[in-house]
Amino acid sequence: MSLLTVTDLRKHFPTYQQKLVRVEGAPIKAVDGLTLKLEAGETLGLVGESGCGKSTAGRTILRLLEPTSGTIEFEGKDVTNATGSELAHLRRQMQMVFQDPYGSLNPRHPIGAIIAAPFLIQGIKPEGGTKRAVQELMERVGLNPEHYNRYPHEFSGGQRQRIGVARAIALKPKLVVCDEPVSALDVSIQAQVINLLEDIQQEQNLAYVFIAHDLSVVRHISDRVMVMYLGKVMEVADRDALYERPMHPYTQALMSAVPVPEPRRDRERILLTGDLPSPQNPPSGCVFRTRCPIATERCAAEVPMPTELEPGHLVACHYPQVRTVL
Amino acid sequence: MNKFLRVNDLKVYFPTDDGVVKAVDGLTFDLEKGTTLGIVGESGSGKSVTSLAIMGLHRGSRAKLSGEIWLDDVDLLKTTDEEIRAMRGRKMAMIFQDPLSAMHPYYTIGQQLTEAIRVHHHVSKKAAKVTVVDMLDRVGIPSADKRFDQYPHEFSGGMRQRAMIAMALINNPELLIADEPTTALDVTVQAQILDLMRDLQKEFGSAIIMITHDLGVVAEIADDVLVMYGGKCVEYAEVDDAFHAPDHPYTWGLMTSMPRLDRTRLERLVPVAGNPPSLINIPPGCAFHPRCAFREYASAPCNQVVPELVQSYPKHDSRCLIPAPKRAELFAEQIAPRL
Repeated sequence: MSLLTVTDLRKHFPTYQQKLVRVEGAPIKAVDGLTLKLEAGETLGLVGESGCGKSTAGRTILRLLEPTSGTIEFEGKDVTNATGSELAHLRRQMQMVFQDPYGSLNPRHPIGAIIAAPFLIQGIKPEGGTKRAVQELMERVGLNPEHYNRYPHEFSGGQRQRIGVARAIALKPKLVVCDEPVSALDVSIQAQVINLLEDIQQEQNLAYVFIAHDLSVVRHISDRVMVMYLGKVMEVADRDALYERPMHPYTQALMSAVPVPEPRRDRERILLTGDLPSPQNPPSGCVFRTRCPIATERCAAEVPMPTELEPGHLVACHYPQVRTVL
Repeated sequence: MNKFLRVNDLKVYFPTDDGVVKAVDGLTFDLEKGTTLGIVGESGSGKSVTSLAIMGLHRGSRAKLSGEIWLDDVDLLKTTDEEIRAMRGRKMAMIFQDPLSAMHPYYTIGQQLTEAIRVHHHVSKKAAKVTVVDMLDRVGIPSADKRFDQYPHEFSGGMRQRAMIAMALINNPELLIADEPTTALDVTVQAQILDLMRDLQKEFGSAIIMITHDLGVVAEIADDVLVMYGGKCVEYAEVDDAFHAPDHPYTWGLMTSMPRLDRTRLERLVPVAGNPPSLINIPPGCAFHPRCAFREYASAPCNQVVPELVQSYPKHDSRCLIPAPKRAELFAEQIAPRL
């Protein structure tokens, strides 16, 4: 049994137009048919451009947003329809680290109280008292336990993100959804937090859903990688397979666009023209076809289904082709 | 002949209630037309403050500036407000990181670009519009004549950044300062914008200062690299040397802490320990010493002696108390294998 099983998950946000009366418009299909499996201790990287639905997917999996349809199962238990104490109990094992180390910590609470909040909310009394547990957590994430009574503004961005990590691992969860946990940090600090996340994963056999737009960070931390575009999954594969043999033209374009720190290296660039279409009015057929360099008429007519072309390597494209970009 | 832009011992200090913030502390560099300087550093290292000083945008604030900024044999720090206003936008222009807050939400893109022309040139609105539409078209905005009448919020992030670039380039400035122009953009759009800047530089021969924290962007676009730490330049070199033979422990730290797509995946990253310094309370001696992994090799106590920026190789300066041959050895033995 997998730790997490998500089947055909959809999250549509309704839109309204104010005419004489309020009229419902076409919904924004932020996540449109997401299927994934995650094993204990595994890291799944979720990449894509802004607006592709990766954050919405992460939040919907934890039911911070209510799914429109589809099912989410955690260790065989249904999360989709869980309520009350059942959901609270499940949430002990599923936590989240947020992107913004400034916005995700209450400025009026000392960090001791912030890290203790999960114990309080879940009504758990850790052995040796909450304060000791919090100080152990602070020590674990590399903060000085004596700073228990300090407020978030007294910490730097990297330290705040450590506070967020401490809070997320307080209840020893089995799954943590990390939503762009390092993108607001400086390069030298980014690596500190990535190493911390990796160490904690090893110690506690944690599974991560790691959401990021930085393909190099995702390659570093993930076991498997999923590429999303306009709410749909374009390609899923094991890390090395995806980076060494990408088959979807979108994955290839994304990789070729990453600037590498190697001056005067002439690299073949797959330039995408134009911008992301509106998720309210996505293109017919394949959603990527308006920017795809190899699109044909068939792509406008038929929606490509994710197909397993190699074991564990799913591609949603009518014309998949291995192309080495790196 | 003198270089096009010469910055000499630039200092920007902000007096505050808690003490003097030395945001930029003795910065010296120069730049030729048609070439690009990349300024790299983490937040608070003084990159943006430097660019605002060149643009004369600290005037009217409490900042205390000293040193010299020579642009085509005019010392910008000694010009009057009138003189610098005549140069700003025409002789030198700036692209800001966040185009949504750098543009006026109540005016259309067309109005804002037309104004940029008409401030400096006596032309009719009609003639200016022709130039604007042509420029919007050049930076890759489709149906530019329709877009002319739209407001900034109607543009996507990438399009807005293109409009900003069009606004900066509309008077053919000789110096273009781009402050994190692609940080807020997706990689596919970033690649488009960098290509655009390169093409436009070829066409207009402008000098570009590219401020960024992304070493990948610097490698793509810069000819020279200047690494800043705690308000000071710690390394200044040509781009090939800066990436293939970096000569300062901070630059090494930046490189080893970055996962790279073009190399085999490493099991573990090597970050720079500790946190960036507070500019109000810069560590004594070398500002980087509390985070430096190699301070034991310094020839003088680096918590007391402030290192000078020294030319250790031709066109390659660095600010470190570890003797240059030892640095080369450390880099070859400990850093290069990790990259």
